[in-house]
Amino acid sequence: MSFISYLINGISLGSIYAIIALGYTMVYGIAKMLNFAHGDVIMIGCYVVFTTVTGLGLNPYLSILLSVIVCTVLGVVIEKIAYKPLRKAPPLAVLITAIGVSYFLQNFALLIFGADTKSFTSVIPMNNIKLAGDKLVISGVAMVTVCICIVIMLALMTFIKRTKAGQAMLAVSEDKDAAQLMGVNVNGTISLTFAIGSGLAAIAGVLLCSAYPTLTPYTGSMPGIKAFTAAVFGGIGSIPGAFIGGILLGIIEILGKAYISSQLSDAIVFAVLIIVLLVRPTGILGKAVHEKV
Amino acid sequence: MKDKFNFLKNSSVKSMFVTYAIVIVAYLVMEALMFTGSVNYLLMDLLVPLCVYSIVAIGLCLCVGYLGELSLGHAGFMCIGAFTSATFSSLTKEFISNEIVAFLLAFVIGTIFAGLFGFLIGIPVLRLRGDYLAIVTLAFGEIIKNIINVLFIGKDSKGIHVAIVDPDALKMEADGKYIINGAKGISGTPHLSNFTIGVILILISLFIVYNLVHSRSGRAVMAIRDNRIAAESVGLNVTGYKLMAFSISAAIAGAGGVLYAHNLSTLTATPANFGYNMSIMILVFVVLGGMRSFRGSIIAAVLLTMLPEMLRGLSDYRMLIYSVVLIAMMLFNWSPKFKELRSKYAGVFKRNKKSKEAV
Repeated sequence: MSFISYLINGISLGSIYAIIALGYTMVYGIAKMLNFAHGDVIMIGCYVVFTTVTGLGLNPYLSILLSVIVCTVLGVVIEKIAYKPLRKAPPLAVLITAIGVSYFLQNFALLIFGADTKSFTSVIPMNNIKLAGDKLVISGVAMVTVCICIVIMLALMTFIKRTKAGQAMLAVSEDKDAAQLMGVNVNGTISLTFAIGSGLAAIAGVLLCSAYPTLTPYTGSMPGIKAFTAAVFGGIGSIPGAFIGGILLGIIEILGKAYISSQLSDAIVFAVLIIVLLVRPTGILGKAVHEKV
Repeated sequence: MKDKFNFLKNSSVKSMFVTYAIVIVAYLVMEALMFTGSVNYLLMDLLVPLCVYSIVAIGLCLCVGYLGELSLGHAGFMCIGAFTSATFSSLTKEFISNEIVAFLLAFVIGTIFAGLFGFLIGIPVLRLRGDYLAIVTLAFGEIIKNIINVLFIGKDSKGIHVAIVDPDALKMEADGKYIINGAKGISGTPHLSNFTIGVILILISLFIVYNLVHSRSGRAVMAIRDNRIAAESVGLNVTGYKLMAFSISAAIAGAGGVLYAHNLSTLTATPANFGYNMSIMILVFVVLGGMRSFRGSIIAAVLLTMLPEMLRGLSDYRMLIYSVVLIAMMLFNWSPKFKELRSKYAGVFKRNKKSKEAV
């Protein structure tokens, strides 16, 4: 029974990684850059929910909506100020800028909210379910997380397949210059990608903090890096890949924690990343990209 | 006679000697100030860390500026250098009484281990490029830190015992004592580091990197950075040169770690000293120093460490300032708007630009 409950916890954690990984994978597919600050957008979203619910007594659903709006705006602003001027710059410069933005958000939160750990009260009202004569308990948060993840995944795939903006995203990720010649608003599409990714980050943040209710300015960075691992695992640029990679990584982490060592679980996750990159650098569902001379 | 000093006309060689001179003069000035007693304790405590940061920054500068690969795992190499050398020193402190010999041996051990790990990690990692390489080096750094936090090494009358995760698995005799005690780290490392040794290590690191950069291999490394495909097509062994530069860079970071370990009585691997944050801090030094200038890296390391400590009120804002510096530097260097602005005022900065190219 304990194995099944670990598995369920793993899938639930994996769903959170999958939602975060979506932000990475979409931005990477379109802007060809690793948005290091994505994890810290999550953290900002969590602080918005925390301060509005605990401090101001706002309705949880309103506060989640507010957090999504704040994160969306933040994502677009970051893109405009820090990344857009560097479209033509070498990848190293863009990466260093992204690290700078990530650091900026962390230390900004540190100054405003302080370094102390805030205990996040779960905003998801869902009771635990007991199965098999109380032996197997599925937490309500875990079920909600998995459902939300599946809904987001399906909605996003439909959006990209069926709408004009979604098709524009595909076109930009395929070839930026050709898309521009075909009349696609490239800058607008990149902004839209950042907006969607950051909005999803806010939702992922609420789910993450509901499942693991501690909040510090560094809350977002580790899940962010792990979600990037998940995106790479599944094949970067691929939405179903992010889903599969996220779930697998969540299961590996929880099982590693349960059966090997809780202190080594991060090391296990990173070892998975390294092995994947060596054996299959394009990930499970990724396409191989040939280098043009 | 005239020909003999011809090499001094080479601007990059001249710049190298200027760097040595700056380090030595700074050392002499500092020593003189300490001799007259006009240095406060705060600054005295900072001297060895300054040397540590400078050395690791030199190592990372080689990797980022000359090899062109962003490593976010140099704190991990520092960690390896620190822990291997501190373990060695704790094991042998009864046998070796001469401090200089003890430090020298610890230095050699720490540097070799860090270099070796750099080599081993480099084999898989250097096949990747750009963002992937950055994230994998970050992952390696975290793995190293995690493993050291669950590593137990003990010594008793029967010899040395090693265990992972579970300290009871050491099965030590009653007289046994811990060398590395998991997350509690190593305590009782002999205090062998001092400012003079730190400056000597800086000079050795500079000597190594300058010689490398000015050699045939160094030019090959830079050719690979500028155009990998072109370099490959003229027959350069891309992987070999990359591995060499990466291992040397890791070994230098390890040397910084050795110096760090022997300056503290208790050494632990926490996120603050060997985590991702340290790697970023060193990266800030390198970026602010001008990416391809060892001298710049040292100056940035010294200034950015000293300023927030001297201006007490600023220390809360230190990391915030670092992050803004990173973003601003990148925007200033690469944003089309700033480029335009700079070309407009090019006349004013012309001299400046010339000297930049020389570096």
